[in-house]
Amino acid sequence: MSSISIANGSHDSTIEHRAPAAQGTQWDQQLNDPRHRVPLVLGNHDFTTVTDLVAGIALGRTPRMWYVAMSISLTLLSLLLVTVGYLLVTGVGVWGNNNTVSWGFPIINFVFWVGIGHAGTLISAILFLLRQNWRTGINRFAEAMTIFAVCCAAIFPGLHVGRIWLAYWLLPYPNELAMWPQARSPLLWDVFAVGTYATVSLLFWYMGMIPDLATLRDRATRRGSQWVYGVLSLGWNGSSRHWMRFEKAYLLLAALATPLVLSVHSVVSFDFATSQVPGWHTTIFPPYFVAGAVFGGFAMVLTLSIPCREWFGLKDLITHRHIENMAKVMLGTGLIVSYAYSIEFFTAWYSMQSYEQFVFMNRPLGPYAWAFWTMVTCNVIAPQAIWFPAVRKRVWAIFIVAMFVNVGMWFERFVIVVTSLHEDFLPSSWAMFNPTWVDYGMFLGSFGLFFTLFLLFCRFLPMVAIAEVKTVMPQAHAAEYPIKYDYQPSSDTPKELQRGHWFT
Amino acid sequence: MTNSSNAITSVPSDVATIGMGEPYALIAEFETVQEVLKAAEQIRDAGYMSWDVHSPIPIHHINHAMGLRPTILPWITLVHGIAGGVFGLVLTWWMNATTVPGISPSVQGYEFLVSGKPIYSWQANIPIIFETTVLFAAIGTLLGLLGLNKLPMLYNPLARSRRFLRSTADRFMIVIEAEDPEFDLARTTSLLRAQHPTAIELVTE
Repeated sequence: MSSISIANGSHDSTIEHRAPAAQGTQWDQQLNDPRHRVPLVLGNHDFTTVTDLVAGIALGRTPRMWYVAMSISLTLLSLLLVTVGYLLVTGVGVWGNNNTVSWGFPIINFVFWVGIGHAGTLISAILFLLRQNWRTGINRFAEAMTIFAVCCAAIFPGLHVGRIWLAYWLLPYPNELAMWPQARSPLLWDVFAVGTYATVSLLFWYMGMIPDLATLRDRATRRGSQWVYGVLSLGWNGSSRHWMRFEKAYLLLAALATPLVLSVHSVVSFDFATSQVPGWHTTIFPPYFVAGAVFGGFAMVLTLSIPCREWFGLKDLITHRHIENMAKVMLGTGLIVSYAYSIEFFTAWYSMQSYEQFVFMNRPLGPYAWAFWTMVTCNVIAPQAIWFPAVRKRVWAIFIVAMFVNVGMWFERFVIVVTSLHEDFLPSSWAMFNPTWVDYGMFLGSFGLFFTLFLLFCRFLPMVAIAEVKTVMPQAHAAEYPIKYDYQPSSDTPKELQRGHWFT
Repeated sequence: MTNSSNAITSVPSDVATIGMGEPYALIAEFETVQEVLKAAEQIRDAGYMSWDVHSPIPIHHINHAMGLRPTILPWITLVHGIAGGVFGLVLTWWMNATTVPGISPSVQGYEFLVSGKPIYSWQANIPIIFETTVLFAAIGTLLGLLGLNKLPMLYNPLARSRRFLRSTADRFMIVIEAEDPEFDLARTTSLLRAQHPTAIELVTE
């Protein structure tokens, strides 16, 4: 895959000059030896070149490949608009959902997209709390991915309510109908969980981006860019007093987002688990869903980051080690998911409950066996390749595994939704689920929305967290000061020198 | 400035001046974290209050070097979180567990009996209470951050210095504002010069 010139002249040539210092491939430079810290930024970068590199993408000329990708995305997006428009003027009967399989593609797609978002929050919040500094290279666009995935997810239950123009009834607001939502229903929990998740993810993403938007503002040469980035960056000027509060706010938001991200997919799983349907009514669902979400989400981050680092020339910031680490997280969560699959079978057998046992025989052996075995192949077998250094050594091999997982995680939701519903208690109401062209079109179209938003983000916003990447470079640390992570004044600072206003 | 020694005519020759008005601030540029930390300690010990270190990254230990106290932001988050929790609790209770006589039906809640279960059980409402807690706390954190930082600030006289714009990219700036009671153009300039910055600039209003 040839790298595309960002056509910004200056920084490209700078990097060319600095690159030869590196010996061998990135794999050779980043040894798998836990006794040594691996450099997180390769290629002799300093603050200047990192700024040039990332700001150059947002402020420079548009790469030609971007137009190609954008036109494909817009084509898919128009498919979404057409299918949604057709559904709105015709009714939800255009879907393949029927009385038996009342939750078809809309809920499958909803869970699929919400799940993808989880990797972004895991990277931005949980890995931050765990001091995994390698997250700095990937967190910005993983968070962007979260927000765009949640946008895609929100479409489906919104349409699935049937009369989308009344979707605001989901919200608790005083009204003349004397009608309130049912606060003990998991479906209302979902409204709050996904709503809060979308809002907090957006806040977190935006707040983290303010310093980088200020960098773009200060480097923009066109009046329009200066104005837009100027307004968006809110007048950020790199003040250390501001930075101190910024870091505290970042920590607080990470601490808030961590239980939030665990709660969101738990609540999504409650939609299933609190029902009586065999195959859904299980206590393992919350952790199983969360692990699955992180698993599928990391696959999507890999799917996006592997081409992006090539096309936008970001290989020094998103290094092979970043990709490898993400692949390892994907393997780890994949093992949790595999365990959940098997323990479900054990529980069904152990329950001695004939309906439950039937569902779990029906999955691998019934009419939807093809979906089940696709899921097993993609989610259980394919990720095992990550164990082998020969696979981890090849970025595009990891990409292929990630594509398997993307497919597999969609099929997981298909298996959960469709196989549980299509043959449950009453054989007289058994039915098969036949998706229509609207189902397929809307699902493909949601990728159009996702990639359109993502490409706009790549083009116009700082794709890598510039300031955060700088903090993990050696240049960020003064030799005589040990690295510490808190902002309490040290005990030897005299009281009269602990200056500031009464509130700081 | 009332202090006559701060008149713009007394600017030392090696200090570039931006603009023609009254002095607003002195900017000293440094290239490394180490240098700016050392310099910040000197400015702190000289007793300045209206001054700042502008940097492209959060600098570790700058709070010690500048003598900054920890922020009250966590308390703002806590208060908002508690408010959010109370909001969620009252919301679920109001919607599904109570009728207050004499209130307009458009805001009136009602007892919602589901399968003979208790009208209000707080356990069943934990998800909503949790979500509103996080939502309020997160919004409060962002607003608290912006409020304490006095942002948005859509005009900054310092931005008229081309050099200062590098503080969001790759340079470290110490800025001492003219409104500081300790500020004296000649004395402050020589204090900054003693820290060996790569450049000193005077920005006027």
